[in-house]
Amino acid sequence: MTALTELTIAEARDALRAKKISARELTEAYIAAVEAARPLNAYVTATPERALEMARASDARLAKGEALPLEGMPLAIKDLFCTDGVPTSAGSRILDGFKPPYESTVTGNLWRAGAVMLGKTNMDEFAMGSSTTTSALGVTENPWRRRGDNCPLVPGGSSGGSGAAVAARAAIAGTGTDTGGSIRQPASFCGIVGMKPTYGRCSRWGIVAFASSLDQAGPMTRSVRDAAILLKAMAGHDPRDSTSAPNPVPDFEAALTGDIRGMKIGVPEEYRIDGMPAEIETLWQRGIEWLKAAGAVPVEISLKMTKYALPAYYIIAPAEASSNLARYDGVRFGLRVPGRTLDEMYENTRGEGFGAEVRRRILIGTYVLSAGYYDAYYLKAQRVRARIAADFAEAFQRCDAILTPTAPSAAFPIGEKQDDPIAMYLNDVFTVPVNLAGLPGISVPAGLSSDDLPLGLQVIGRAFDEETMFRVASVIEAAAAFKARPPFVAGEA
Amino acid sequence: MALDKATVARIATLARIKLPEAEQEHLAGELSHILTWIEQLNEVDTSGVEPLASIAAADLPMREDVVTDGNCHDDILTNAPAASGGFFTVPKVVE
Repeated sequence: MTALTELTIAEARDALRAKKISARELTEAYIAAVEAARPLNAYVTATPERALEMARASDARLAKGEALPLEGMPLAIKDLFCTDGVPTSAGSRILDGFKPPYESTVTGNLWRAGAVMLGKTNMDEFAMGSSTTTSALGVTENPWRRRGDNCPLVPGGSSGGSGAAVAARAAIAGTGTDTGGSIRQPASFCGIVGMKPTYGRCSRWGIVAFASSLDQAGPMTRSVRDAAILLKAMAGHDPRDSTSAPNPVPDFEAALTGDIRGMKIGVPEEYRIDGMPAEIETLWQRGIEWLKAAGAVPVEISLKMTKYALPAYYIIAPAEASSNLARYDGVRFGLRVPGRTLDEMYENTRGEGFGAEVRRRILIGTYVLSAGYYDAYYLKAQRVRARIAADFAEAFQRCDAILTPTAPSAAFPIGEKQDDPIAMYLNDVFTVPVNLAGLPGISVPAGLSSDDLPLGLQVIGRAFDEETMFRVASVIEAAAAFKARPPFVAGEA
Repeated sequence: MALDKATVARIATLARIKLPEAEQEHLAGELSHILTWIEQLNEVDTSGVEPLASIAAADLPMREDVVTDGNCHDDILTNAPAASGGFFTVPKVVE
Protein backbone atom coordinates (compact mmCIF):
# COMPACT_ATOMS: atom_id res chain seq x y z
CA MET A 1 0.00 0.00 0.00
CA THR A 2 0.94 3.66 -0.28
CA ALA A 3 3.33 4.99 2.33
CA LEU A 4 1.33 6.30 5.28
CA THR A 5 2.73 9.79 4.82
CA GLU A 6 1.39 9.95 1.26
CA LEU A 7 -2.24 9.70 2.37
CA THR A 8 -4.47 12.76 2.29
CA ILE A 9 -6.73 13.50 5.27
CA ALA A 10 -9.69 12.09 3.32
CA GLU A 11 -7.80 8.86 2.54
CA ALA A 12 -6.40 8.46 6.06
CA ARG A 13 -9.89 9.02 7.48
CA ASP A 14 -11.21 6.10 5.43
CA ALA A 15 -8.23 3.87 6.24
CA LEU A 16 -8.55 4.58 9.98
CA ARG A 17 -12.28 3.90 10.03
CA ALA A 18 -11.84 0.71 8.01
CA LYS A 19 -9.18 -0.30 10.60
CA LYS A 20 -6.61 -0.74 7.81
CA ILE A 21 -4.26 1.48 9.81
CA SER A 22 -4.17 2.72 13.38
CA ALA A 23 -3.77 6.30 14.56
CA ARG A 24 -0.62 5.16 16.32
CA GLU A 25 0.91 3.85 13.07
CA LEU A 26 0.04 7.04 11.24
CA THR A 27 1.43 9.23 14.02
CA GLU A 28 4.61 7.18 14.33
CA ALA A 29 5.21 7.48 10.59
CA TYR A 30 4.88 11.24 10.88
CA ILE A 31 7.05 11.51 13.99
CA ALA A 32 9.78 9.79 11.96
CA ALA A 33 9.09 12.16 9.06
CA VAL A 34 9.40 15.21 11.35
CA GLU A 35 12.83 13.90 12.36
CA ALA A 36 13.84 13.18 8.76
CA ALA A 37 12.76 16.68 7.71
CA ARG A 38 15.10 18.41 10.16
CA PRO A 39 17.38 19.74 7.39
CA LEU A 40 14.48 21.95 6.25
CA ASN A 41 14.11 23.59 9.69
CA ALA A 42 10.36 23.53 9.12
CA TYR A 43 9.60 22.71 12.77
CA VAL A 44 10.86 24.80 15.65
CA THR A 45 9.42 22.49 18.32
CA ALA A 46 8.51 18.83 17.91
CA THR A 47 6.04 17.29 20.36
CA PRO A 48 6.33 13.53 19.70
CA GLU A 49 5.24 12.46 23.17
CA ARG A 50 2.12 14.58 23.08
CA ALA A 51 1.44 13.26 19.57
CA LEU A 52 1.63 9.64 20.71
CA GLU A 53 -0.62 10.35 23.67
CA MET A 54 -3.19 11.98 21.38
CA ALA A 55 -2.93 9.09 18.91
CA ARG A 56 -3.62 6.61 21.73
CA ALA A 57 -6.78 8.50 22.60
CA SER A 58 -7.73 8.47 18.90
CA ASP A 59 -7.27 4.71 18.68
CA ALA A 60 -9.43 4.26 21.79
CA ARG A 61 -12.24 6.30 20.20
CA LEU A 62 -11.85 4.49 16.87
CA ALA A 63 -12.12 1.14 18.66
CA LYS A 64 -15.40 2.26 20.21
CA GLY A 65 -16.70 3.48 16.87
CA GLU A 66 -16.73 7.05 18.16
CA ALA A 67 -14.36 8.60 15.64
CA LEU A 68 -14.28 12.39 15.56
CA PRO A 69 -14.03 14.37 12.28
CA LEU A 70 -10.22 14.73 12.34
CA GLU A 71 -9.53 11.57 14.30
CA GLY A 72 -5.82 10.73 14.37
CA MET A 73 -4.70 13.38 11.85
CA PRO A 74 -1.11 14.50 12.62
CA LEU A 75 -0.87 18.26 12.11
CA ALA A 76 1.84 20.91 11.96
CA ILE A 77 0.89 24.07 13.88
CA LYS A 78 2.33 27.44 12.99
CA ASP A 79 4.23 28.83 15.97
CA LEU A 80 1.84 31.78 16.11
CA PHE A 81 -0.93 29.69 17.74
CA CYS A 82 -0.69 29.57 21.52
CA THR A 83 -0.49 25.95 22.61
CA ASP A 84 -0.96 25.07 26.26
CA GLY A 85 2.39 24.27 27.87
CA VAL A 86 4.22 24.13 24.53
CA PRO A 87 6.66 26.96 23.66
CA THR A 88 5.15 29.59 21.35
CA SER A 89 7.69 31.97 19.85
CA ALA A 90 6.04 33.75 16.89
CA GLY A 91 9.53 33.39 15.42
CA SER A 92 10.76 36.11 17.77
CA ARG A 93 13.48 36.40 20.36
CA ILE A 94 11.18 38.59 22.39
CA LEU A 95 8.97 35.58 23.19
CA ASP A 96 12.00 33.59 24.30
CA GLY A 97 10.91 30.94 26.79
CA PHE A 98 7.19 31.78 26.55
CA LYS A 99 4.92 28.82 27.29
CA PRO A 100 1.28 29.83 27.06
CA PRO A 101 -0.86 28.57 29.96
CA TYR A 102 -3.81 28.33 27.54
CA GLU A 103 -4.76 26.99 24.11
CA SER A 104 -5.84 29.10 21.12
CA THR A 105 -9.45 28.58 20.10
CA VAL A 106 -8.53 27.24 16.65
CA THR A 107 -6.03 24.64 17.92
CA GLY A 108 -8.42 23.74 20.74
CA ASN A 109 -11.09 23.11 18.11
CA LEU A 110 -8.67 20.86 16.21
CA TRP A 111 -7.78 18.76 19.26
CA ARG A 112 -11.46 18.47 20.17
CA ALA A 113 -12.00 17.15 16.63
CA GLY A 114 -9.47 14.37 17.31
CA ALA A 115 -6.38 15.81 15.58
CA VAL A 116 -2.83 15.07 16.75
CA MET A 117 -0.15 17.75 17.31
CA LEU A 118 3.22 16.94 15.72
CA GLY A 119 4.84 20.22 16.67
CA LYS A 120 5.14 23.92 15.97
CA THR A 121 6.40 25.32 12.69
CA ASN A 122 8.71 28.15 11.76
CA MET A 123 7.53 31.48 10.40
CA ASP A 124 8.67 34.99 9.65
CA GLU A 125 8.98 36.91 12.91
CA PHE A 126 5.48 37.93 14.06
CA ALA A 127 4.21 36.76 10.64
CA MET A 128 5.85 39.77 8.97
CA GLY A 129 7.40 38.48 5.79
CA SER A 130 7.05 36.42 2.64
CA SER A 131 10.06 34.13 2.92
CA THR A 132 10.36 32.57 6.42
CA THR A 133 13.86 34.04 6.58
CA THR A 134 13.22 36.61 9.34
CA SER A 135 12.62 34.09 12.15
CA ALA A 136 14.87 34.30 15.20
CA LEU A 137 14.89 30.49 15.01
CA GLY A 138 16.61 30.32 11.64
CA VAL A 139 15.66 30.09 7.99
CA THR A 140 13.29 27.41 6.63
CA GLU A 141 14.14 25.76 3.32
CA ASN A 142 11.67 24.88 0.62
CA PRO A 143 11.72 21.13 -0.17
CA TRP A 144 11.58 22.12 -3.88
CA ARG A 145 14.62 22.91 -6.02
CA ARG A 146 14.97 24.39 -9.46
CA ARG A 147 15.78 21.75 -12.05
CA GLY A 148 19.54 21.11 -12.15
CA ASP A 149 20.23 23.62 -9.39
CA ASN A 150 20.75 22.80 -5.74
CA CYS A 151 20.45 26.40 -4.54
CA PRO A 152 18.15 26.44 -1.47
CA LEU A 153 14.89 28.32 -2.02
CA VAL A 154 12.54 30.08 0.37
CA PRO A 155 9.25 28.30 1.19
CA GLY A 156 7.43 31.62 1.06
CA GLY A 157 5.95 33.10 4.18
CA SER A 158 5.07 33.87 6.69
CA SER A 159 3.61 30.34 7.18
CA GLY A 160 6.65 28.80 5.44
CA GLY A 161 7.32 26.18 8.11
CA SER A 162 3.85 24.68 7.73
CA GLY A 163 4.14 24.96 3.94
CA ALA A 164 7.47 23.14 3.82
CA ALA A 165 6.34 20.49 6.34
CA VAL A 166 3.16 19.65 4.41
CA ALA A 167 4.93 19.62 1.04
CA ALA A 168 7.74 17.39 2.35
CA ARG A 169 5.22 14.92 3.84
CA ALA A 170 6.28 15.81 7.37
CA ALA A 171 2.65 16.53 8.35
CA ILE A 172 -0.62 15.39 6.85
CA ALA A 173 -1.71 19.04 6.95
CA GLY A 174 -0.92 22.22 8.80
CA THR A 175 -2.31 25.46 10.09
CA GLY A 176 -1.20 28.88 8.95
CA THR A 177 -2.29 32.45 9.39
CA ASP A 178 -2.76 34.96 6.61
CA THR A 179 -2.63 38.73 7.08
CA GLY A 180 -1.60 39.66 3.55
CA GLY A 181 -0.96 36.33 1.85
CA SER A 182 0.94 34.37 4.49
CA ILE A 183 -0.97 31.12 3.82
CA ARG A 184 -1.58 31.41 0.08
CA GLN A 185 1.87 32.56 -1.07
CA PRO A 186 3.81 29.79 0.77
CA ALA A 187 1.22 27.27 -0.47
CA SER A 188 1.95 28.43 -4.02
CA PHE A 189 5.73 28.27 -3.43
CA CYS A 190 5.52 24.78 -1.87
CA GLY A 191 3.04 23.19 -4.29
CA ILE A 192 0.23 22.68 -1.77
CA VAL A 193 -3.25 24.03 -1.12
CA GLY A 194 -3.52 27.02 1.23
CA MET A 195 -6.74 28.73 2.18
CA LYS A 196 -7.55 32.01 3.93
CA PRO A 197 -11.15 32.06 5.19
CA THR A 198 -13.48 35.04 5.31
CA TYR A 199 -12.47 37.47 8.04
CA GLY A 200 -14.39 36.35 11.12
CA ARG A 201 -14.74 32.70 10.09
CA CYS A 202 -12.01 31.50 12.49
CA SER A 203 -11.48 32.90 15.96
CA ARG A 204 -8.32 34.92 16.46
CA TRP A 205 -8.32 34.23 20.20
CA GLY A 206 -4.96 32.85 21.30
CA ILE A 207 -3.22 33.63 18.02
CA VAL A 208 -0.35 36.06 18.51
CA ALA A 209 -1.74 39.26 16.99
CA PHE A 210 -0.09 41.03 14.04
CA ALA A 211 -2.73 43.20 12.33
CA SER A 212 -6.03 42.42 13.99
CA SER A 213 -8.35 43.69 11.24
CA LEU A 214 -6.62 41.42 8.68
CA ASP A 215 -5.36 38.29 10.51
CA GLN A 216 -7.13 35.00 9.76
CA ALA A 217 -6.16 31.39 10.46
CA GLY A 218 -6.57 28.79 7.75
CA PRO A 219 -5.65 25.30 6.55
CA MET A 220 -2.57 24.23 4.52
CA THR A 221 -3.10 20.82 2.94
CA ARG A 222 -2.26 18.51 0.03
CA SER A 223 -5.75 18.64 -1.48
CA VAL A 224 -8.74 20.97 -1.73
CA ARG A 225 -10.90 18.37 0.00
CA ASP A 226 -8.49 18.28 2.94
CA ALA A 227 -8.66 22.07 3.20
CA ALA A 228 -12.46 21.85 3.33
CA ILE A 229 -12.31 19.16 6.04
CA LEU A 230 -9.74 21.05 8.12
CA LEU A 231 -11.51 24.40 7.86
CA LYS A 232 -14.75 22.94 9.14
CA ALA A 233 -12.97 21.87 12.32
CA MET A 234 -11.05 25.15 12.74
CA ALA A 235 -13.97 27.51 12.16
CA GLY A 236 -16.85 28.58 14.34
CA HIS A 237 -18.12 31.42 16.48
CA ASP A 238 -16.12 32.26 19.57
CA PRO A 239 -17.44 34.77 22.11
CA ARG A 240 -13.85 35.49 23.15
CA ASP A 241 -13.14 37.14 19.77
CA SER A 242 -15.53 40.04 19.21
CA THR A 243 -14.84 39.92 15.44
CA SER A 244 -15.66 36.21 15.24
CA ALA A 245 -18.78 35.81 13.10
CA PRO A 246 -21.85 34.12 14.61
CA ASN A 247 -22.58 32.46 11.22
CA PRO A 248 -23.15 28.70 11.16
CA VAL A 249 -20.25 26.67 9.72
CA PRO A 250 -21.34 24.83 6.58
CA ASP A 251 -20.18 21.38 5.55
CA PHE A 252 -17.53 22.67 3.15
CA GLU A 253 -16.71 19.18 1.91
CA ALA A 254 -20.28 18.73 0.68
CA ALA A 255 -19.74 21.75 -1.59
CA LEU A 256 -17.16 19.84 -3.65
CA THR A 257 -19.62 18.65 -6.28
CA GLY A 258 -17.41 19.57 -9.20
CA ASP A 259 -20.43 21.21 -10.82
CA ILE A 260 -19.66 24.79 -11.84
CA ARG A 261 -21.87 24.89 -14.93
CA GLY A 262 -23.12 28.38 -15.60
CA MET A 263 -21.03 29.87 -12.85
CA LYS A 264 -19.48 33.25 -13.69
CA ILE A 265 -15.74 33.54 -13.07
CA GLY A 266 -14.32 37.04 -12.79
CA VAL A 267 -10.95 37.75 -14.40
CA PRO A 268 -9.56 41.10 -13.18
CA GLU A 269 -7.66 42.95 -15.87
CA GLU A 270 -5.64 44.91 -13.30
CA TYR A 271 -3.91 41.69 -12.20
CA ARG A 272 -1.93 41.68 -15.45
CA ILE A 273 0.94 43.55 -13.85
CA ASP A 274 4.17 44.70 -15.45
CA GLY A 275 7.03 42.31 -15.09
CA MET A 276 4.92 39.23 -14.36
CA PRO A 277 6.60 36.20 -15.95
CA ALA A 278 4.89 35.02 -19.13
CA GLU A 279 4.54 31.50 -17.72
CA ILE A 280 2.33 32.80 -14.91
CA GLU A 281 0.13 34.63 -17.41
CA THR A 282 -0.03 31.39 -19.45
CA LEU A 283 -0.98 29.34 -16.39
CA TRP A 284 -3.72 31.83 -15.57
CA GLN A 285 -5.10 31.54 -19.10
CA ARG A 286 -4.99 27.76 -18.78
CA GLY A 287 -6.96 28.04 -15.53
CA ILE A 288 -9.62 30.10 -17.30
CA GLU A 289 -9.82 27.46 -20.06
CA TRP A 290 -10.19 24.66 -17.48
CA LEU A 291 -13.12 26.42 -15.85
CA LYS A 292 -14.66 27.15 -19.23
CA ALA A 293 -14.34 23.49 -20.20
CA ALA A 294 -16.23 22.62 -16.99
CA GLY A 295 -19.11 24.87 -18.05
CA ALA A 296 -18.26 28.13 -16.27
CA VAL A 297 -18.38 31.49 -17.99
CA PRO A 298 -15.35 33.80 -17.69
CA VAL A 299 -16.19 37.49 -17.31
CA GLU A 300 -13.78 40.40 -17.49
CA ILE A 301 -14.01 42.39 -14.27
CA SER A 302 -12.22 45.48 -13.06
CA LEU A 303 -10.58 45.87 -9.67
CA LYS A 304 -9.31 49.39 -10.25
CA MET A 305 -7.68 49.86 -6.86
CA THR A 306 -5.44 46.78 -7.16
CA LYS A 307 -2.19 48.71 -7.43
CA TYR A 308 -2.99 50.72 -4.30
CA ALA A 309 -3.69 47.70 -2.12
CA LEU A 310 -0.05 47.11 -1.16
CA PRO A 311 0.76 50.70 -0.16
CA ALA A 312 -2.52 50.89 1.81
CA TYR A 313 -1.64 47.59 3.47
CA TYR A 314 1.81 48.90 4.42
CA ILE A 315 0.16 51.67 6.41
CA ILE A 316 -2.68 49.69 7.97
CA ALA A 317 -0.78 46.53 8.92
CA PRO A 318 2.22 48.32 10.52
CA ALA A 319 -0.14 50.74 12.32
CA GLU A 320 -2.07 47.85 13.86
CA ALA A 321 1.17 45.98 14.54
CA SER A 322 2.79 48.91 16.32
CA SER A 323 -0.19 48.95 18.66
CA ASN A 324 -0.46 45.16 19.09
CA LEU A 325 3.26 44.70 19.72
CA ALA A 326 3.29 47.33 22.48
CA ARG A 327 2.54 44.45 24.85
CA TYR A 328 6.11 43.10 24.55
CA ASP A 329 7.66 45.15 27.29
CA GLY A 330 9.71 42.64 29.24
CA VAL A 331 7.31 42.74 32.19
CA ARG A 332 4.84 39.89 31.90
CA PHE A 333 6.37 37.27 29.58
CA GLY A 334 9.27 36.57 27.27
CA LEU A 335 12.58 38.35 27.08
CA ARG A 336 13.66 41.02 29.55
CA VAL A 337 16.85 42.99 29.02
CA PRO A 338 17.62 44.94 32.20
CA GLY A 339 17.87 48.71 32.33
CA ARG A 340 18.41 51.27 35.05
CA THR A 341 14.90 52.68 34.69
CA LEU A 342 11.61 51.18 33.59
CA ASP A 343 11.76 53.07 30.28
CA GLU A 344 15.30 51.93 29.68
CA MET A 345 14.27 48.34 30.36
CA TYR A 346 11.44 48.66 27.80
CA GLU A 347 13.80 50.11 25.22
CA ASN A 348 16.55 47.58 25.79
CA THR A 349 14.12 44.65 25.74
CA ARG A 350 12.41 45.79 22.54
CA GLY A 351 15.67 46.86 20.92
CA GLU A 352 17.20 43.43 21.38
CA GLY A 353 14.04 41.36 21.15
CA PHE A 354 12.70 42.50 17.76
CA GLY A 355 14.41 41.68 14.47
CA ALA A 356 15.04 44.14 11.63
CA GLU A 357 11.74 43.71 9.73
CA VAL A 358 9.57 43.86 12.85
CA ARG A 359 11.42 46.95 14.02
CA ARG A 360 10.94 48.56 10.62
CA ARG A 361 7.21 47.94 10.70
CA ILE A 362 6.75 49.12 14.29
CA LEU A 363 8.58 52.33 13.39
CA ILE A 364 6.46 52.90 10.27
CA GLY A 365 3.31 52.16 12.26
CA THR A 366 4.34 54.52 15.02
CA TYR A 367 5.13 57.23 12.48
CA VAL A 368 1.86 57.01 10.52
CA LEU A 369 -0.14 57.09 13.75
CA SER A 370 1.83 59.97 15.26
CA ALA A 371 0.42 63.46 15.71
CA GLY A 372 0.20 65.35 12.44
CA TYR A 373 0.43 62.29 10.17
CA TYR A 374 -2.62 60.30 11.23
CA ASP A 375 -4.99 61.82 8.66
CA ALA A 376 -2.49 61.93 5.79
CA TYR A 377 -1.43 58.31 6.15
CA TYR A 378 -3.68 56.20 8.33
CA LEU A 379 -7.09 57.65 7.47
CA LYS A 380 -6.08 57.94 3.80
CA ALA A 381 -5.18 54.23 3.77
CA GLN A 382 -8.49 53.33 5.40
CA ARG A 383 -10.37 55.31 2.75
CA VAL A 384 -8.45 53.48 0.02
CA ARG A 385 -9.30 50.25 1.81
CA ALA A 386 -12.99 51.18 1.56
CA ARG A 387 -12.57 51.66 -2.19
CA ILE A 388 -10.82 48.28 -2.52
CA ALA A 389 -13.69 46.57 -0.70
CA ALA A 390 -16.17 48.46 -2.92
CA ASP A 391 -14.33 47.24 -6.04
CA PHE A 392 -14.81 43.64 -4.96
CA ALA A 393 -18.44 44.20 -4.01
CA GLU A 394 -19.09 45.63 -7.46
CA ALA A 395 -17.21 42.78 -9.17
CA PHE A 396 -19.24 40.20 -7.27
CA GLN A 397 -22.41 41.71 -8.75
CA ARG A 398 -21.17 40.27 -12.02
CA CYS A 399 -19.42 37.04 -11.01
CA ASP A 400 -19.55 34.20 -8.46
CA ALA A 401 -15.82 33.75 -7.92
CA ILE A 402 -12.60 35.38 -9.12
CA LEU A 403 -9.57 33.62 -10.62
CA THR A 404 -6.07 35.10 -10.40
CA PRO A 405 -2.48 33.93 -10.00
CA THR A 406 -1.48 33.54 -6.33
CA ALA A 407 1.93 35.18 -6.55
CA PRO A 408 3.88 37.02 -9.27
CA SER A 409 6.76 34.50 -9.15
CA ALA A 410 7.79 31.02 -8.09
CA ALA A 411 9.97 30.41 -5.00
CA PHE A 412 13.19 32.44 -5.04
CA PRO A 413 16.63 31.71 -3.55
CA ILE A 414 17.20 32.26 0.16
CA GLY A 415 18.91 35.63 0.55
CA GLU A 416 17.27 37.25 -2.47
CA LYS A 417 15.14 40.39 -1.95
CA GLN A 418 16.58 40.80 1.57
CA ASP A 419 18.00 44.24 0.94
CA ASP A 420 14.92 45.71 -0.66
CA PRO A 421 11.82 45.59 1.56
CA ILE A 422 9.54 46.72 -1.27
CA ALA A 423 10.70 43.92 -3.61
CA MET A 424 9.77 41.50 -0.80
CA TYR A 425 6.40 43.21 -0.24
CA LEU A 426 5.52 42.78 -3.95
CA ASN A 427 5.20 39.02 -3.38
CA ASP A 428 1.80 39.74 -1.92
CA VAL A 429 0.45 41.96 -4.69
CA PHE A 430 -2.33 39.46 -5.60
CA THR A 431 -3.18 38.32 -2.09
CA VAL A 432 -3.21 41.53 -0.03
CA PRO A 433 -6.38 43.00 -1.62
CA VAL A 434 -8.30 39.91 -0.44
CA ASN A 435 -7.31 40.54 3.19
CA LEU A 436 -8.19 44.23 2.97
CA ALA A 437 -11.64 43.25 1.69
CA GLY A 438 -12.00 40.41 4.24
CA LEU A 439 -12.80 37.81 1.57
CA PRO A 440 -11.95 34.10 1.39
CA GLY A 441 -9.16 33.04 -0.96
CA ILE A 442 -7.49 29.75 -1.79
CA SER A 443 -4.29 28.86 -3.63
CA VAL A 444 -4.30 25.62 -5.61
CA PRO A 445 -1.15 24.14 -7.19
CA ALA A 446 -1.82 24.40 -10.91
CA GLY A 447 1.44 23.76 -12.73
CA LEU A 448 5.21 23.97 -12.81
CA SER A 449 7.45 26.82 -13.90
CA SER A 450 9.97 26.28 -16.72
CA ASP A 451 12.51 25.27 -14.07
CA ASP A 452 10.15 22.84 -12.31
CA LEU A 453 8.88 24.94 -9.41
CA PRO A 454 5.23 24.85 -8.36
CA LEU A 455 2.91 27.73 -9.26
CA GLY A 456 -0.50 28.34 -7.74
CA LEU A 457 -3.75 29.86 -8.92
CA GLN A 458 -5.94 31.78 -6.50
CA VAL A 459 -9.71 31.55 -6.30
CA ILE A 460 -11.41 34.40 -4.42
CA GLY A 461 -14.96 34.04 -3.12
CA ARG A 462 -17.68 36.24 -1.69
CA ALA A 463 -17.61 36.86 2.04
CA PHE A 464 -18.87 33.74 3.87
CA ASP A 465 -19.22 31.86 0.59
CA GLU A 466 -16.22 29.58 0.95
CA GLU A 467 -18.38 26.85 -0.56
CA THR A 468 -18.42 28.37 -4.05
CA MET A 469 -14.70 29.14 -3.72
CA PHE A 470 -13.95 25.52 -2.74
CA ARG A 471 -16.10 24.19 -5.59
CA VAL A 472 -14.22 26.23 -8.18
CA ALA A 473 -10.88 25.33 -6.56
CA SER A 474 -11.66 21.62 -6.79
CA VAL A 475 -12.34 21.95 -10.52
CA ILE A 476 -8.94 23.68 -10.99
CA GLU A 477 -7.34 20.92 -8.93
CA ALA A 478 -8.92 18.14 -10.98
CA ALA A 479 -8.02 19.77 -14.30
CA ALA A 480 -4.45 20.63 -13.26
CA ALA A 481 -3.88 17.09 -11.95
CA PHE A 482 -0.80 18.39 -10.15
CA LYS A 483 1.15 15.27 -9.17
CA ALA A 484 4.69 16.65 -9.04
CA ARG A 485 6.62 15.95 -5.85
CA PRO A 486 9.39 18.02 -4.32
CA PRO A 487 12.94 16.63 -4.62
CA PHE A 488 13.08 16.48 -0.81
CA VAL A 489 10.48 14.22 0.76
CA ALA A 490 10.88 13.32 4.45
CA GLY A 491 12.27 9.82 4.85
CA GLU A 492 13.24 9.41 1.20
CA ALA A 493 16.99 9.45 0.74
CA MET B 1 8.49 61.96 2.52
CA ALA B 2 12.12 61.90 3.57
CA LEU B 3 12.70 61.07 7.21
CA ASP B 4 15.83 62.42 8.85
CA LYS B 5 17.88 60.80 11.55
CA ALA B 6 16.34 62.93 14.27
CA THR B 7 12.80 61.89 13.27
CA VAL B 8 13.79 58.23 13.29
CA ALA B 9 15.27 58.66 16.76
CA ARG B 10 12.06 60.36 17.91
CA ILE B 11 9.82 57.58 16.53
CA ALA B 12 12.06 54.96 18.11
CA THR B 13 11.64 56.67 21.46
CA LEU B 14 7.87 56.78 21.01
CA ALA B 15 7.95 53.06 20.18
CA ARG B 16 10.33 52.35 23.10
CA ILE B 17 12.87 50.66 20.87
CA LYS B 18 16.53 51.29 21.55
CA LEU B 19 18.18 52.18 18.29
CA PRO B 20 21.97 52.48 18.22
CA GLU B 21 22.94 55.77 16.61
CA ALA B 22 24.95 53.92 14.00
CA GLU B 23 21.73 52.37 12.64
CA GLN B 24 19.63 55.53 12.56
CA GLU B 25 21.04 56.86 9.32
CA HIS B 26 20.47 53.58 7.48
CA LEU B 27 16.94 53.21 8.85
CA ALA B 28 16.11 56.78 7.88
CA GLY B 29 16.98 55.90 4.29
CA GLU B 30 14.98 52.66 4.36
CA LEU B 31 11.90 54.16 5.95
CA SER B 32 11.98 57.15 3.59
CA HIS B 33 12.08 54.79 0.64
CA ILE B 34 9.03 52.89 1.94
CA LEU B 35 7.09 56.08 2.77
CA THR B 36 7.78 57.54 -0.66
CA TRP B 37 6.43 54.36 -2.24
CA ILE B 38 3.37 54.52 0.03
CA GLU B 39 2.64 58.07 -1.06
CA GLN B 40 1.31 56.88 -4.41
CA LEU B 41 -1.94 56.62 -2.43
CA ASN B 42 -2.27 60.36 -2.97
CA GLU B 43 -3.21 59.59 -6.59
CA VAL B 44 -6.48 58.04 -5.35
CA ASP B 45 -9.53 60.24 -5.09
CA THR B 46 -11.05 59.43 -1.71
CA SER B 47 -13.26 62.48 -1.33
CA GLY B 48 -16.51 61.47 0.29
CA VAL B 49 -15.22 57.97 1.11
CA GLU B 50 -15.59 56.91 4.74
CA PRO B 51 -12.51 55.24 6.25
CA LEU B 52 -12.90 51.48 6.62
CA ALA B 53 -11.33 50.17 9.82
CA SER B 54 -12.56 46.61 9.66
CA ILE B 55 -14.70 44.26 7.60
CA ALA B 56 -16.26 42.75 10.73
CA ALA B 57 -19.73 43.85 11.76
CA ALA B 58 -19.34 47.31 13.27
CA ASP B 59 -21.59 46.68 16.27
CA LEU B 60 -19.83 44.85 19.04
CA PRO B 61 -21.75 41.92 20.49
CA MET B 62 -23.16 42.39 23.99
CA ARG B 63 -23.03 39.80 26.75
CA GLU B 64 -24.18 39.46 30.33
CA ASP B 65 -22.01 41.41 32.75
CA VAL B 66 -20.75 38.40 34.68
CA VAL B 67 -17.35 37.01 35.58
CA THR B 68 -16.26 34.57 32.85
CA ASP B 69 -12.61 34.10 33.75
CA GLY B 70 -10.28 34.30 36.69
CA ASN B 71 -8.64 32.29 39.46
CA CYS B 72 -5.56 31.87 37.29
CA HIS B 73 -3.18 34.08 39.24
CA ASP B 74 -0.37 31.53 39.21
CA ASP B 75 -0.81 30.81 35.50
CA ILE B 76 -0.42 34.48 34.72
CA LEU B 77 2.82 34.75 36.66
CA THR B 78 4.44 31.59 35.27
CA ASN B 79 5.93 33.46 32.32
CA ALA B 80 7.04 36.55 34.23
CA PRO B 81 10.73 37.38 33.76
CA ALA B 82 10.68 38.62 37.36
CA ALA B 83 7.99 38.22 40.02
CA SER B 84 7.87 38.59 43.76
CA GLY B 85 5.14 38.07 46.34
CA GLY B 86 2.57 37.31 43.65
CA PHE B 87 3.35 40.44 41.58
CA PHE B 88 5.31 41.29 38.46
CA THR B 89 8.38 43.26 39.39
CA VAL B 90 10.01 46.09 37.42
CA PRO B 91 12.83 48.56 38.06
CA LYS B 92 11.95 51.14 40.70
CA VAL B 93 9.83 54.00 39.30
CA VAL B 94 9.45 56.17 42.40
CA GLU B 95 12.22 57.42 44.61
